[in-house]
Amino acid sequence: MVRKGKIKPPGEVLNLGNISCRHEDGTLFINGSILASGTGIFYRSIGKEVPALKGRVRTINLDGLTGIDSAGVTALYHLRGLLGSEGDITIETEKTSIKKKLDLFSPLGLEKVSPPPEGSLAERIGEKAHWLFANYLYGFINLAANIFYWSVSDIFKRRTFREGEFVNQSIKIGVNASMIIVFMSFAIGLVLAVHSGSQLSTFGANIYIVDLTVIAVMSQMGPLITAILVAGRSSSSIAAEIATMKVTSELDALNTMGLDPVRFVVVPKLYACLFTMPFLIILANVSGIAGGATAAYLTLDISPEIFINRMGRIMQNKDLLTGFVKSQVYAALIVLTGSFYGFSVERGAEGVGRVTTLAVVVSISLVILADSVMGLLFY
Amino acid sequence: MDKVIDVQRLYAEIDGNEILSDVSFYALEGEVTAIIGGSGSGKTTVLKHLLGLYPVSRGYISVLGRNLAELTEKGQRALYLEMGVLYQDGALLNSMTVAENIALPLRHQGNIPEVLAADIVRMKLRLVNLEDTYYLYPSQLSGGMLKRAALARAIAMDPPLLFCDEPGAGLDPASLKSLDNLILNLKNLLGISVILVTHEVSSIVRTANRIVYLDNGRVLFEGSTDQALNSQIPQLADFFSVTRKKQN
Repeated sequence: MVRKGKIKPPGEVLNLGNISCRHEDGTLFINGSILASGTGIFYRSIGKEVPALKGRVRTINLDGLTGIDSAGVTALYHLRGLLGSEGDITIETEKTSIKKKLDLFSPLGLEKVSPPPEGSLAERIGEKAHWLFANYLYGFINLAANIFYWSVSDIFKRRTFREGEFVNQSIKIGVNASMIIVFMSFAIGLVLAVHSGSQLSTFGANIYIVDLTVIAVMSQMGPLITAILVAGRSSSSIAAEIATMKVTSELDALNTMGLDPVRFVVVPKLYACLFTMPFLIILANVSGIAGGATAAYLTLDISPEIFINRMGRIMQNKDLLTGFVKSQVYAALIVLTGSFYGFSVERGAEGVGRVTTLAVVVSISLVILADSVMGLLFY
Repeated sequence: MDKVIDVQRLYAEIDGNEILSDVSFYALEGEVTAIIGGSGSGKTTVLKHLLGLYPVSRGYISVLGRNLAELTEKGQRALYLEMGVLYQDGALLNSMTVAENIALPLRHQGNIPEVLAADIVRMKLRLVNLEDTYYLYPSQLSGGMLKRAALARAIAMDPPLLFCDEPGAGLDPASLKSLDNLILNLKNLLGISVILVTHEVSSIVRTANRIVYLDNGRVLFEGSTDQALNSQIPQLADFFSVTRKKQN
């Protein structure tokens, strides 16, 4: 059988175009140039020939070398290590420039720095627990206290307000979120009514679709959907804004100007969120009920007049009150979580991304947890 | 000596404002060429053009013999293999250790095996006297150390051309002197050409062979450091005297 491919000249070990190696009488001649861009290919290719060359090379001759850099020198010394021990194989060259590079970049004698000790399992658990208490629990409570203090005290010191900031934040947190909240609540109210309507019609209890929609939307779905959407939008944006301010030393600048970052950055956001959240929940309730009414009309033939008439009898003042209480709790949780993660950022740009994600996940989880607790309390 | 940088009749404008006007200069192989000037003189715009970050809309720029206007994306990437850049604030990736930062171009640009990359990183850290920082994160380094670590990353691939953007920014005089000496030492040892963008007079006097002085987007002076220091051009004389006074 005839093997296809290039026939190697006698003694040739490797030919990569710009680098070639030839083995003759115990000497490995390397020609061409070994620069950083080609070192990887050279080292991997010559590595495949090492088993055949091992124990047969006494000298590595570099007289045919036209250029070499630190990566090339490192590769040569590693190659020598693979072919035999330091004393067995010499690297020789007549060229002064190559000799200089060999001396300058020799990896021999490079000291290996040990990685920092990790500690025992108990130590690591202890460290983690301490970190959790010191940074998370203490940090969260401390920030909550700080926000509470400034938000209450600033009500009586209006001259310290940043002009227009409350309106600006209200637009960002509230007004800009209204469209998505209307759309999502309408869709959920509609789907809820369609699915429950088909079950109710089997019992001839079509009219109870109104009760079901109004109670579900007003006591649970409206506030919860609103809180989840606001948490997703605003908690992440608060965390990212504060984290970026910390990374770029803007928070330090505020501190050194005698301005408390919590008071200056967080409190206007808290006011805006506390103020707009009840309106957003009302909007969500109206949209959700409108969705339910649409479904009731289309699937169960319940006219809007009948729907509104029955709705008036079901709705209670308590529903509005619980909705308001929930809105205030959710608003506080969203702003607190977003700002807590923003202030806790470490390690630059990557840290900003990490805390932003955490802020969204944790604030949504806290909102759902708070909803469960309040759902039981206000049942 | 060959020209490593050749800029001819370069014009640039941003949002309709002319930033560079008829800029021409060159830098020679094995030399430190300082591009100097006050704030808003166009230094950074020139540097960004040289680095291929701004397209050449009018004029000619050649870097290491390659015409930037005619370079394809692949050609530009190949050119980046032959350039190292030391950024003003170091620009080390904070989520990686110092060693990982330096190994980044070796692994991704050079495709160099792990075992070699680890030794090359140690060697570069030895060159900048930072052997002990191998496992540290950039946030654990001082300003001077950060610049030296960034310099180690800039020379990871042994580039023939090194750009330094305001290397002295934020450093005290002793750290600046030590960084200047390090750059000079590396230039001599590795035979690299250095383009230094700065307004630190002490740094310019210590390191530069040639000076290009920019004022309002125009080259007002191009010549040796001695010629620049003795120049009668009012703006240049002012620059040296005012900046010296400020730095003293």
